[in-house]
Amino acid sequence: MLGENFGVKKVQTMNRRMFIIGAAKLVVFISIIARLFSLQITENKKYLTLSDKNRLREWRLPPIRGEFLDYFDNVIAGNLKVYQLHVIPEEVEDFRYLMVRLKEILSISNDNFKKIINQKSKQKPWETIIVSKNLTWEQFTKVNYYLHDLAGAKPVLSVSRNYPFNESYTHVLGYVSEASEKDILNNKIIKNTHVPGLKVGKTGLEKTFEDELIGTNGVQRYEVNAYGKRISQLDHTAGLNGKTIQLTIDTEIQKICNQLLKGIAGSISVMDIYTGEIVAMQSSPSFDPNLFLFGINQDDWQLIRNNPLKPLVNKSLSGLYSPGSTFKPIVALSALENGIIDENFKVNCTGKIEMYGHTYHCWKKRGHGIVDLKSAMKQSCDTYFYEIARKLGVDRLKETSTKFGLGEKVLNETFNNEKKGLIADTKWKKNNLGKGWVIGETLITGIGQGYTQTTPLQLCLMTAQLANGGFKIYPKIIVEDNGKTSEDIKSLMNKNLDIKNNELKEVSELLSFINKEKHERLFKNSKNIKLVQEAMFASTNEVRGTSYSSRIEDLKYQFAGKTGTSQVKRITKADRELDLKTLDIPYNERDHALYIAFGPYKKPRYALSIVIEHGGSGSSVAAPIAKKLFKLIIDRHEIREQTRIKKITKV
Amino acid sequence: MQYNSFNTQPTFYQKLRNFDYILLICILLLGLISALSMYSTDGGEILFHSKSHISKFLIFFIMMILMSFFNIKFWYYFAYLFYIVVLFFLVWASLYGIKASGSQRWINLYFINLQPSELMKIAIIVCLAKYYHRIQLNKVNTFQVMFVALVILILPIMLVITQPDLGTSILIALSGLVVIWLAGINIKYFVYSFIALLISLPFAIAFLQPYQKLRILTFLNPDRDPLGAGYQIIQSKIAVGSGGLTGKGFLKGTQSYLDFLPEKHTDFIFTLFAEEHGFLGSLVLLLIYIIIIYRVLKIGAISRSYFAKLFCYGYGSAIFFYVTVNMSMVLGLLPIVGSPLPIMSYGGSSMLATMIGFAIVMSARINYKQLIA
Repeated sequence: MLGENFGVKKVQTMNRRMFIIGAAKLVVFISIIARLFSLQITENKKYLTLSDKNRLREWRLPPIRGEFLDYFDNVIAGNLKVYQLHVIPEEVEDFRYLMVRLKEILSISNDNFKKIINQKSKQKPWETIIVSKNLTWEQFTKVNYYLHDLAGAKPVLSVSRNYPFNESYTHVLGYVSEASEKDILNNKIIKNTHVPGLKVGKTGLEKTFEDELIGTNGVQRYEVNAYGKRISQLDHTAGLNGKTIQLTIDTEIQKICNQLLKGIAGSISVMDIYTGEIVAMQSSPSFDPNLFLFGINQDDWQLIRNNPLKPLVNKSLSGLYSPGSTFKPIVALSALENGIIDENFKVNCTGKIEMYGHTYHCWKKRGHGIVDLKSAMKQSCDTYFYEIARKLGVDRLKETSTKFGLGEKVLNETFNNEKKGLIADTKWKKNNLGKGWVIGETLITGIGQGYTQTTPLQLCLMTAQLANGGFKIYPKIIVEDNGKTSEDIKSLMNKNLDIKNNELKEVSELLSFINKEKHERLFKNSKNIKLVQEAMFASTNEVRGTSYSSRIEDLKYQFAGKTGTSQVKRITKADRELDLKTLDIPYNERDHALYIAFGPYKKPRYALSIVIEHGGSGSSVAAPIAKKLFKLIIDRHEIREQTRIKKITKV
Repeated sequence: MQYNSFNTQPTFYQKLRNFDYILLICILLLGLISALSMYSTDGGEILFHSKSHISKFLIFFIMMILMSFFNIKFWYYFAYLFYIVVLFFLVWASLYGIKASGSQRWINLYFINLQPSELMKIAIIVCLAKYYHRIQLNKVNTFQVMFVALVILILPIMLVITQPDLGTSILIALSGLVVIWLAGINIKYFVYSFIALLISLPFAIAFLQPYQKLRILTFLNPDRDPLGAGYQIIQSKIAVGSGGLTGKGFLKGTQSYLDFLPEKHTDFIFTLFAEEHGFLGSLVLLLIYIIIIYRVLKIGAISRSYFAKLFCYGYGSAIFFYVTVNMSMVLGLLPIVGSPLPIMSYGGSSMLATMIGFAIVMSARINYKQLIA
């Protein structure tokens, strides 16, 4: 038997110690409750945020790019639905296996296969890999057929840029292609909007208006699990589409320009002489911008790049040519304006003139005999223009040329590749070549050779401003909602014009009236402009005119123009004696053929310029193209005016 | 005569009346809560974990009721045998055990995979309670008595720590030490051994497994490696903290539902519960545990036999350790050591051991008047 006392004492000790432990337990429980309180009540917000950060992930959707419309609301750069194949690596169990299967099914090339594998190792596992950017319908159905075996592959419907008129708008619009690292670094908006596979403008208007076209990302919020797998979509915010931009160009005319220039290097520009709207502007050879959408293949690229006719250059804006005889109207106008000559001033052309030991030839060896302004312009007599240029001097000539838009960018900053050209004067030569001007240079400047360099669009603008009676216009290629035009329109409305009656004749008259009021006069005496216009008319519509064979007699289409043949290579004495045919000369040494024109003569509305690189003579190559084009331009006029009225009345 | 009357076996009716129904209800409540939590970890479906957990709870609960009818003497007589059998299982586990995730804790009994270290959490208390039952107070502090007690304690700890299973060995040590303390050992020995522990700590750390060292470093600074070792504790705190006052709602705990919570069935089940039911829910759960501990201690207080008293006090304290170590761990107050939350956590051996503990407590309640010679 245990001693009773010992037993009691033992139990007492135990109870006492249990009590101490009990007290300690209470303290521990209270501290656990305190901890719970601090986590769940005091710091609840912090942990709630952290928990949301854990489970919510946002995916940016590709923005929808703004479209380009032509003047008649036809889509010229749109968004096409395309089928793509996406793979999100983290959602794939066996990435390698999937890729090998896809390689078989889609017959992916080895290079592309390696590229995809490379891409996978570079990016985060939840980022989409675009295995194919543009599945054919056949491939799409094939993938869907095998889909049970392709866990993780996702056929998706996406939008892609599309240029329905292929070659016709290449140089105006440019093209889009996948954003390069440089694009992302240089443009903050691209950087902020970037998603894999985003395409951005690389050249042309696509590049210039990138910021407005790009649009904003849609956002999809997903709940993800600890492994980053999407569990459910929580919400979806649609992005804003990029801005739609409307051009002043008429696709019908643009398409014909493209056809007329097929296979040759050159450019055509057409302009509304009152509004300054560019109705057509095509550079040739062109290429299909759709080739660039999904990465151009090397063969196609080399073909474009190595083409000696330089399809990558927008010749309308960046091509620099000596204007040749198309410069003569400006020389004549400058001489008239400065009182050097009048309409009766005459020169005797013997085929050449001698001056300071040099001989200056007229293109016609036997000479034109006695010529006045009109017949000199008509037959493009060089001697006459040598003579008046000599009297005028290059500095005064430059003043007139610059006024009419030569030597300046026509569209300002709209195209980053537009060139200024050059209208030289004595000061320019001194500053740039360090030499004094010599009189011989004035003579050849008088026939549009020498230092003078112009773009086809400048020649078009010059012609337009001569055609509208000598008023400054502001060329544009974008239809603006609230520019000068709509202000003009308001004042038009105030003049109580009943536009709704579709009185086209009146609209045209009034537009010219507005321009007279609004736009700066480029002349001192309107009679001088008239004289130049008449001389150009003679050149096309009178016997022995250089472009007489390209005339249209129907008054509705009748136009006035001036040919030009711009020398690429200095003509040597030997060449002159040989009198070679164009085709006998090596391509790169052949003359450029030029033509400027405006019409209809009785009531001018459009001006154009045509340049055919190394085409030969202006009268045999460039002017016939104008004849083919003019009929269409005038025929399109009525519908263009109706469209204009619709746009006006909408405002 | 009077003495003998105490020893008289209560009738079946008396036994039923003597049951601690509050304790029973609390255990059932815990079972219900754990079943719902398990259902939530299965993503709102009755899948493997919930099925297995619910059936284990029901089987072991019924077993507990049945075992409650054993006389407390039965446990007293078989205490050493129980301890030795479990110790044998531990040796068996270290020799032929099943290896899983880097440690060798389980033995295959053909009908169940048993984790003997969990049973040792009870066996150590039963064994020491019997050991001290016979020893007089003035002999408790003699070297011989202390030595045997230490051997009883240290043998299983060594076996468990080498499995390796730091969490369970700590819980065994705490359970054993609290019994030794209650038996009346001089406080100075605790002070001495505490000092000795501090001195030997650097050497002990050298013996720790790399992952255990990492856990301690991680506890000291969880942000050290937020995606690696610190991940568990950071995610656990986020889950608890984001629960707020009333929680995210049943089956709506995003942290667990989206797999951010590690080991949500077992050691981190409280995290899931706290996320879904918030501060108020956690308080309720804590209250249930406090009531259970209180009832167990109270049964100890009314028990007449020293063995029953010591066991109940020891087991009540052990439950306290299980609960507080687990909660402190998931709340970032202690380093992560594997320790399940009684009844709530998934795991058969832990459930079995807990229920055996309750069976002994209930047997002590039924036979509270029983003295053991």
